Amino acid sequence: MAIKTQPVTVNLGPQHPSTHGVFRLRVMFDGEEIVDVEPIFGYLHRGSEKLAEERTYTQIITLTDRMDYVSSMLNNQAYMLAVEKLAGIEPTPRGVWLRMIASELQRIASHLVATGFLLQDLGALGTPLIYAMRERENILDLFEMLCGARITTSYLRPGGVFMDAPKEFWPALDRELVDIVNTLDELEKYLSGNEIVFSRTKGTAVLPPEMLINASITGPMLRASGVDWDLRHRNPYDYYDRIQFKRILHTASDNYARYWVRIQEARESVVIIRQCVEQIEPGEVRPSFDEVPHLIRPPKGDAYVAIESSKGELGFYLVSDGGIAPYRMHVRAPSLINLTLLREMLIGGLFGDLFVSFGSIDLNMGEVDR
Amino acid sequence: MIGLGLTRGFLVTLRNFVRSPVTIQYPDRHVGLFGAAKEAGMNPFRFLVGRPGDSIKAIAGLATVPVKLEQSPRFRGNEFVFFEDRCTACASCAKYCPLGIIEIVSVPGKIDALEGESYKLEVFDIDIGRCMFCGLCVEACPYDALHMGTGFEQSTYVRDELILTLDVLNAAEKKPSSFYRPQFEENAFDPFAETIENHYDAGRHERPSDEDMKKRWVDERWTNDD
Repeated sequence: MAIKTQPVTVNLGPQHPSTHGVFRLRVMFDGEEIVDVEPIFGYLHRGSEKLAEERTYTQIITLTDRMDYVSSMLNNQAYMLAVEKLAGIEPTPRGVWLRMIASELQRIASHLVATGFLLQDLGALGTPLIYAMRERENILDLFEMLCGARITTSYLRPGGVFMDAPKEFWPALDRELVDIVNTLDELEKYLSGNEIVFSRTKGTAVLPPEMLINASITGPMLRASGVDWDLRHRNPYDYYDRIQFKRILHTASDNYARYWVRIQEARESVVIIRQCVEQIEPGEVRPSFDEVPHLIRPPKGDAYVAIESSKGELGFYLVSDGGIAPYRMHVRAPSLINLTLLREMLIGGLFGDLFVSFGSIDLNMGEVDR
Repeated sequence: MIGLGLTRGFLVTLRNFVRSPVTIQYPDRHVGLFGAAKEAGMNPFRFLVGRPGDSIKAIAGLATVPVKLEQSPRFRGNEFVFFEDRCTACASCAKYCPLGIIEIVSVPGKIDALEGESYKLEVFDIDIGRCMFCGLCVEACPYDALHMGTGFEQSTYVRDELILTLDVLNAAEKKPSSFYRPQFEENAFDPFAETIENHYDAGRHERPSDEDMKKRWVDERWTNDD
């Protein structure tokens, strides 16, 4: 005999530990099945794009730190590439290598956070999260050596970075790369064969690749469905064309595939950093102040540059009217665009899979709302 | 086989169970008798006999010692280190601050015995209650007068105390961070152990001798004027 049930609407968030920030979901359940989902966001809106219109190009770096606050180096890099394209600045080689090393370290840190919190959402309370965060702390220590801050880095400047790495950075980086591989091995041993992780993540929230492409979703979410789209390979910026690395692909397009792609990408980032350390050349880290002054005035025009961030294609669009501040800045935030398929992911699924699917998108509310 | 993956996973947790912790107790660490004796610089037996009150406290687990956190010398912290003698009141720091929290009022009329006339600072306020420690003001300073600090423990109960005035800055301990100051890194300056007393030592150039200074600023100037 079937039990008659009535749909129930539940508000999740905005103050909920599993929503990765302040995010609200209005979910309608029929029994345990999800019937309807309505995402509501904007609680963390700080108006970064508007604030950028009254700041100079150097001062905006501090705003980009605070957009996606778990991968601030990548935000710095995307913004700097846009400024360099807009103003026609030729970056110095050593500065480019240094910012590539910094951004790949940041990608590992971001993927570790994503993995740790995905497992936290699965119900593994604390343990895998602490293993991931323990390694991330060491990466943040490296950032403190480089630029004096752990999260709000502001390391990049037009044409390079503000200061060369200190002497003690290089041995610490070598040690850290070994530690990262050990931690990833440990995480994989711990989770990748785990039957509970399998049964909870395999086959849940499957999205076909056509749907992902139509919704212009990028990053590990797209690569987990077998679409070979990585801007580091497709449209190499900085010196990625001088680097050999594997593209990580999985075909299942479920929650497990997204987790797996992130772990393997973190491994590839270690390979990329090793090649950067081999190829780095001595020299200046930024152009002299005669070439690129503190206060740059790019010519009239616009520029769009996109990079492969840890979450997908992160683009900065800048319009200049010849003044010291941009006329308009727009950010193509991967977290926001990856969120658009949330309904398709969740409807028809079960209540227990809700936060797992949500966590597998790896979104950051600072970037969604900006 | 079902359960094999779980067993391998539990082996990982078992290995981490016996690992030494990565977290630290802050600001104070609990120590036992041996730790307390080491902190006092005595051997444990002498500590037990000489200071029985402290020993009982340590055995009961109540003795604590302060912990120092490991920091990079480039750490961008409060409070700011400012050398008034190096400042020419050019207000570059105020211009480059993204939040506009530095207030400068200057008047002409400062007379230096060696360097002649310059601007005199009347007001130099940094409102670190709104500061985000991005370091752009330090980067903009052309004369190395303003440096980031290395501390981070200056919290207060009153908002007004977060405004660093000229007097506060002058009275503060000079432990500058090596953020955007390559000369400190070249000299292997350790901000956690040393302080900079003389404002000449904070510059990016070597300090000229008194003879050079006299020659450059007094002798040549007088001869030129004649």
